Amino acid sequence: MRVALQVTCVNDAMFPDTGKAVVRLLRRLGVEVDFPQAQTCCGQPMVNTGYLDEAVPVVRAFVDAFAGYDAIVTPSGSCAGSARHQHSIVADRSGDPALVAAVAETGPRTYELSEFLVDVLGVTDVGAYFPHRVTYHPTCHSLRMLGVGDRPTRLLEAVRGIELVDLPNATECCGFGGTFALKNADTSVAMGADKARHVRDTGAEVLVAGDNSCLMHVGGMLSRQRAGVRVMHLAEVLATTEDTEGGSSGPAVGERAGDRA
Amino acid sequence: MSARDEILGRVRSALSGVSPAVDLPPAPRAPDRGDLVALFVERVEDYRAVVTRCSPDDLGSVVAEVLGSASSVVPPGLGLDVAGSVVDDGLAAADLDRIDAVVTRARVGIAETGTLVLDHAPDQGRRAISLVPDLHVCIVDAAQVVADVPDAIALLDPARPTTWISGPSATSDIELDRVEGVHGPRTLHVVLVG
Amino acid sequence: MSGTFVGMPAFPTAAREALADTQLRRNLAHATRTIRDKRAAVVAEVEDWEELRVAGAAVKEAALRDLATHLETLEASLVAAGATVHWARDAAEACAIVASVAHTHGVDEVVKVKSMATAEIGLNEALEAEGIAAWETDLAELIVQLGDDLPSHILVPAIHRNRAEVREIFRRRMGDVGRPAPDDLTDEPAMLAGAARAHLREKFLRAKVAVSGANFAVADTGTLVVVESEGNGRMCLTLPDVLVSVVGIEKVVATWSDLDPMLRLLPRSSTGERMNPYTSTWSGVTPGDGPQEVHVVLLDNGRTRALADDVGRQALRCIRCSACLNVCPVYERVGGHAYGSVYPGPIGAILNPLLNGVADEQTASLPYASSLCGACFEVCPVRIDIPSVLVDQRAAVVDSHRGDRVPKPEAVAMKAAAWTFSSAKRLARAERASGLAGRVLGRFSRTTLPGGRAAAGRLPGPAAGWTGARDLPAPPTESFREWWDRTDGGRDGSAR
Repeated sequence: MRVALQVTCVNDAMFPDTGKAVVRLLRRLGVEVDFPQAQTCCGQPMVNTGYLDEAVPVVRAFVDAFAGYDAIVTPSGSCAGSARHQHSIVADRSGDPALVAAVAETGPRTYELSEFLVDVLGVTDVGAYFPHRVTYHPTCHSLRMLGVGDRPTRLLEAVRGIELVDLPNATECCGFGGTFALKNADTSVAMGADKARHVRDTGAEVLVAGDNSCLMHVGGMLSRQRAGVRVMHLAEVLATTEDTEGGSSGPAVGERAGDRA
Repeated sequence: MSARDEILGRVRSALSGVSPAVDLPPAPRAPDRGDLVALFVERVEDYRAVVTRCSPDDLGSVVAEVLGSASSVVPPGLGLDVAGSVVDDGLAAADLDRIDAVVTRARVGIAETGTLVLDHAPDQGRRAISLVPDLHVCIVDAAQVVADVPDAIALLDPARPTTWISGPSATSDIELDRVEGVHGPRTLHVVLVG
Repeated sequence: MSGTFVGMPAFPTAAREALADTQLRRNLAHATRTIRDKRAAVVAEVEDWEELRVAGAAVKEAALRDLATHLETLEASLVAAGATVHWARDAAEACAIVASVAHTHGVDEVVKVKSMATAEIGLNEALEAEGIAAWETDLAELIVQLGDDLPSHILVPAIHRNRAEVREIFRRRMGDVGRPAPDDLTDEPAMLAGAARAHLREKFLRAKVAVSGANFAVADTGTLVVVESEGNGRMCLTLPDVLVSVVGIEKVVATWSDLDPMLRLLPRSSTGERMNPYTSTWSGVTPGDGPQEVHVVLLDNGRTRALADDVGRQALRCIRCSACLNVCPVYERVGGHAYGSVYPGPIGAILNPLLNGVADEQTASLPYASSLCGACFEVCPVRIDIPSVLVDQRAAVVDSHRGDRVPKPEAVAMKAAAWTFSSAKRLARAERASGLAGRVLGRFSRTTLPGGRAAAGRLPGPAAGWTGARDLPAPPTESFREWWDRTDGGRDGSAR
C-alpha cells in the first residue's frame, strides 16, 4: 500500500511537529509514508470564503501531487473533509472533466489520521505513553463532515498513563471557522471564550484535537488568558512514548522549544 | 401577463432541465409498542391533560361528574344526554364565551403522540364549540385509538376540517418554558370509554 | 407600530453590538439550551429518526421539483372547495390583496395567526398604511408588537426577552390597544399568558377578518394546515367570517398522506414536543362551520429565484421549525436581530440571499455569518445541507464582485494565496520568509505559549483581528517540507 502524507499548509508552515509526529507514529506502526513534495494546500481557505475559481489551480495541485496513492493521510479533519466533500464542487466549477475524474480518485482515498489508524490499520492502541490530564475537543469537520465518531477518543483511551477527562459542551464549535475568525472576529472570539472556559473547567493540562487551526484559535485564547493549558495535536500525543516523554516536567516541552530560534 | 401566469412561468423556467423524479422512500413506522390504549393514556397525561377511563354504561355519570356545576354546550349529534347542557344550534362566539365547558366525541386518538383528532362530524360539532369554552371534555372510545400519525392520516377525510388536540392549550413563548393555558381550553379532560 | 430591519448594518457590525448586550446573551443562552435539550429528548424517542428525515426531505423535494403542476392542482382543488385563489408576484401585491379583502368588508382591524410569510412581506405595516390595524395574537408576536420590537427567532420571535421584560411591556402597552394588563401582574409565565388570553379574547370575539399563513398546502385536496400551540390560530381560523391565508408557493406538498412525515418531524424539531397542542386543517369553505369566505394568496416574492438555484433550491424545503437556530453557536451568541431579517439564524443566512440576491452589503454578509460547524444540517428535519449552501452563496457573493474595477483587499489576498498554493516552489519560498519572521519573533517576543513556544501578543494592522484576543504562535524556523528535505523524512537518524 502506497501511503502519502498530506501534511496540510497550516501544519507545513506553522506546526511542523505535527507532521513529524505523524511520520514517527506511522513508522512505529510499520507504515512508511511518502511526502509528495508537490503538495501545497487542499484549497479549503478559498472554497470556504467563496473563491471557487481561485481554488481550481490549488485543487489541481492537490490531485497532481497525490495521484496514484492508495491512501492519503492527513492530520486534519477539516482538510480531509475538503478533499472528500469540496473538491468535487471545485472540479465541477472548472468544467474540466479530467479534474472531475481526478478528484473522484483522490477524494475517497483521503483519510483523517484517526480514520486511517482505526479503519485502515485496524489499531486503537498505538503504543503511546502520555502521563498527563487531557481533554479532547472534537472539531466540527471531523465530527460532522467526516463522522469520525469516537475513533479519536478510543485512540486516546488506549494511551498509557493518560488521564482523559470529558470536555463540557464538547461538540459545540470553538469559533475558528477559517476566515470566519477574521471576518466575524467578535463572534469567533465569543465562541472561543466559551470553549476556553469549558477547557479550563476540566482542569486539564492539555487540550487535544485533530485540527491545529482550531487549536491555534482556542490555544491562542488560553495563552492570552495565561490559563496554564497547552494545546496539542492528537498525532503528537499518539506519537509520544516512554522514550520521548522521558519523565520531563511538562508534556514534551523540549520538542516545542525546538521551534524557538 | 397575470401574476398567476407569470409565477407559473417563472417556476417552469427555474426548473427547466430539472428532473421531477424523486425517490420517495416510505416513512418508517414506529415499532410495536404493545398496549396502545395504555400508551395513549400515558402520553395524553404527559401534556397535563386529565384522563378518566370508564365503561360505556358509566359514561353518562362520569361526564356529569367531570362537569360538576359547570355550564356546558354539546354538539347536536353527541349521542349522550348531558343534563342542563345547551345543544349547539349555531351559537355566536360571544354566547359560547359565556359557557364553561363543552362535551364532544373525537374521530381518532393517536397513541404515540397522545393526540385526539376531531373531524367535526355531528358528534363533535362545529370547530368553535370545542374552542371557546375553557373546559373541553372529549369522549374517545378505546377502539378509536391508533398507533401513530400515519394511521390517523389514513383514517381522516381531508375534505372535512380537522382539529388535532394534544393536551390543553400551551405556550413556550416566554423563555422557552412550557406553560399550559392560553387561548384554547385551559383544561382538557379525556373520557376514555372501554 | 413595530420596528424595521431596513437600514440594518452588515452582520459583523450588528453582531458586535449584540455580543455586548449581556441581558440578550443570558436570555438566549437560557432559551436555546432549554429548547435544544427538549428537542434532543423527543428526537431520541424515535428509533428511525434518520429515515423519517429522509422521507420528509423527499416529500418536499418531490413537491418542489414538479412545483408548477402541484400549484395548478392546488389552485383547482381550492377553487373546487369554495376558496378564492390569488397570486402575488411580490410583497406589495400580496399586501394589496389582503388590504383589498379587508376593505371589501369595511373593517379597520384584522386578527392574525403567527405567520412567517406575512412577516416577510411586511403585511402589518402595509395594512396600517391603509388604516387597518393588524393584531398579532401569538404570544411572542404580541410581545414583539407591543414592545415596538423586531422578531428575533422564527418560532419564538420574542426569544430575546425574558419574563421580567415581558411583564414590563404588557404593563406599559396593553392598555393602549385594548384590555390592560391586570394591576397585580407578576412575571410568572403562566400569569403573563393569562394576561394575553384576557387581552386578546375581545379581539377574537369581535373580529370579522382573520389573516393566516400555512405550514403546509396539500395540492390534491386543497387543504391548508396550521400548526400551533396556544389556540390563537384556532380562534383566527374558526371565529371570523372571512379568512385570508398568505401561503408561500414552496409550502405545497402533493398529497394528503404526505402530511405524515411532516407532522411527525415538525413538532419534535420545533417545540421539542411529540405533538404540538393544536393542528388545524381545512379545505376551502365548510358550510356552517368556520369562515364562509376563504381566500388563499399564493406568494412568490423571490421563491422562484431560489428555485432556479441548483444548490440553493433545497432551502425551499424548510418547514420553519427553527431547530437550526437553536443549535447554532453563532445565533446563540448574537441573537436574531443581527441577521437583519425575519429569517435569522443558519436558515436565514441562506434563505435571505437566495430570495433577494446578494447585491446589498447586508444580505451579502449573511452567508459569512457562520463558522460552518454543521450543527444546523445535523438537526434539520428536511435535511437541508445548510453549510454547503452557505459556501455556495459565498461563491455567489464573490462572483458578484468579479467585475469590480477596484477589487476588495480580500479578493487580492485570496488571489495571492491561490497563486502561492498553486505551486509547491512558491509555497516553499513563502515558508522561508515566514521562518525568517519566526526567527525574529522568537528572538524578540516576550510572549511564550504554554509548553514553551514563542508567540506574538497584540499586533497592529491586519493581524489585529486575530491577535486582539488570541496569542499567535511564532512561525517555526523550519517548515515541515524543509525538515523532510534536510532529514530525508527523519530517516537520516536525527531525532527531528
